[in-house]
Amino acid sequence: MKRIAGMTALLLAALVVAGCAAPVALDAAGGAPVETRTPGAAAAARAPAAAAAPGAGAAAAPQTQVAAVDLGRQGVAAAAIDRIVLFDFDSDAIRPEFRTLIDAHAQRLVANRNLRLVIEGHADERGGREYNLALGQRRAEAVLRSLVLLGAREAQIEAVSFGEERPAVAESSERAWAQNRRAELRDR
Amino acid sequence: MTLHDMISRLNLKPVRESVTGMWQRRALLGGLGAVGAGVALPALAQFRVEIAGVGATQIPMAVARFRDEAAGGQPIAAIVRANLERSGLFRGVDAPAALDETARPAMAEWRARAADALVAGSVTRLADGRFDVRYKLWDVVKGEDLGGQSQAVVAGDLRLAAHRIADAVFRQLTGEPGVFATRLAYVTRSPGRFSLIVADADGEGAQVALASPEPIISPAWSPDGRQLAYVSFETQKAVVWVQEVASGRRRMLANFRGSNSAPAWSPDGAQLALTLSRDGGSRLFLQPAAGGEPRRLAAGGGAGVIDTEPVFTADGATLYFVSDRGGGPQVYRMPVAGGAVERVTFNGDYNISPAVSPDGRALAYVTRASGGFRLMLMELASGRAQPLTDTRDDESPSFAPNGRLLLYATRAGGRDLLMTTTLDGRIKTRLLAAGIDMREPAWGPFGR
Repeated sequence: MKRIAGMTALLLAALVVAGCAAPVALDAAGGAPVETRTPGAAAAARAPAAAAAPGAGAAAAPQTQVAAVDLGRQGVAAAAIDRIVLFDFDSDAIRPEFRTLIDAHAQRLVANRNLRLVIEGHADERGGREYNLALGQRRAEAVLRSLVLLGAREAQIEAVSFGEERPAVAESSERAWAQNRRAELRDR
Repeated sequence: MTLHDMISRLNLKPVRESVTGMWQRRALLGGLGAVGAGVALPALAQFRVEIAGVGATQIPMAVARFRDEAAGGQPIAAIVRANLERSGLFRGVDAPAALDETARPAMAEWRARAADALVAGSVTRLADGRFDVRYKLWDVVKGEDLGGQSQAVVAGDLRLAAHRIADAVFRQLTGEPGVFATRLAYVTRSPGRFSLIVADADGEGAQVALASPEPIISPAWSPDGRQLAYVSFETQKAVVWVQEVASGRRRMLANFRGSNSAPAWSPDGAQLALTLSRDGGSRLFLQPAAGGEPRRLAAGGGAGVIDTEPVFTADGATLYFVSDRGGGPQVYRMPVAGGAVERVTFNGDYNISPAVSPDGRALAYVTRASGGFRLMLMELASGRAQPLTDTRDDESPSFAPNGRLLLYATRAGGRDLLMTTTLDGRIKTRLLAAGIDMREPAWGPFGR
């Protein structure tokens, strides 16, 4: 039973391969490879699957191949990039240590024009709520402008603000305030 | 003691011409009591009076239990008494027996109790299930019946009936409209939950208008008191909603790109001023209350300037707002119809949250000084301002519709709470609810 199935598979593969422009010898390097793709392998490659088929050598990718796209892993990979920009008191200037983070997000946006981000700006708790909402908005828009300058399209990004309403650290200390003066970049 | 002395001790603004007659009559009540110390309130009202400063002169007032008030289930007389005492202008005198408005009270008896005025009344159940609530006011000193009123209300409005009586008595004796029948809106926070609350001006009768897992800020009453505009973060950004208080029906008013906030109703209720970031930054817009396209206000300022917290004057002609075009946030004003923007605050580097008195003569705002935030009152004609509190975390001042009180939020003992103050800062009341932080107060209009 097994042998017949195996024979049938080989036969089918041979028939399929026979239609390819670049014929692959059946006995070359173990024959036409049957790909086993794992989500991990696909995401790690982070490139069109056909181009990175392991073991395929210079030959065309097998037509039975299915490239898995795992949104969960994409999310995890994106999460591996930092997404919080911190700000000085009363300032919306982007500090040099956050330039790499912004570059990375800009590249993602340029590489995938369907990607949407929301930038959420925040302020520390000192001062009035409405004015702090506007300060948070200013910080979010500063990040948006940096991304657009690096090639992102404005339509891919919305800048919003939570003002002082959603602190990262709910304490009244300089340390907490420094953590709360921030912009967070989130995928939509 | 001259009439002028008595009036100034009552912490009221300079007497206007039309009120002089009333003041003379009140002065004729005589016996304007000795120095009053802190008043002990019955447990009913959640606002507690703290009368700062000695020498507060109060009119001794007796409010007898209304005949059959138990039938309605609300202690009408006690509510009236608590309201009047909480104004700081009256001191309650015990009235042992129930009395109704048809009584012929023996004035000698009440003079002996050192009461200058007496209120009595009744509650009668009507055939249709409503209640007829009546009262009468006597000038004990002159032995005169000053008249009264009757009103028919459903059971759910009996507290409101008591508040209206307190307002009427207050007006009869001071010439000023009372605000006991008005309502407040404010936001409470407990872990994981924000609530927009509507309560009577005495802090009682609190009801939840909106409960949300996300923050709610900047509630604003429509001029007819039927709607509340507010900012909700329920959609993960700042959006302005308008909600009908009685029905709970709500709609998004402004959900443009970016943040939408700081709603302020025009006095005719036809439009709202808003802060929108749809054009980038935070700029002022006017939007019809019915919805539709907002119109950007030409408020000058450069690119990147923040303009926010707009508020209309009562005549609808001028908008006060906060702008940081000069560096830090300051209060400015401009004609709604367009025109020159004028700076209003000059002391200190951080002035926000303007509120204009109904008569347009005073501006309340919050100033940052020595790292704390303090409520200030400016006389607009002269530009002179003084602090009204000695707390350090004041926020969100809101005038009572009679212009005599300010409601604001502050922090004391690690708690967020609401307070009221007279415009000279001398009589304050405090609203405290165990375990709940309160902020973002807004005083509702007349009209109930």
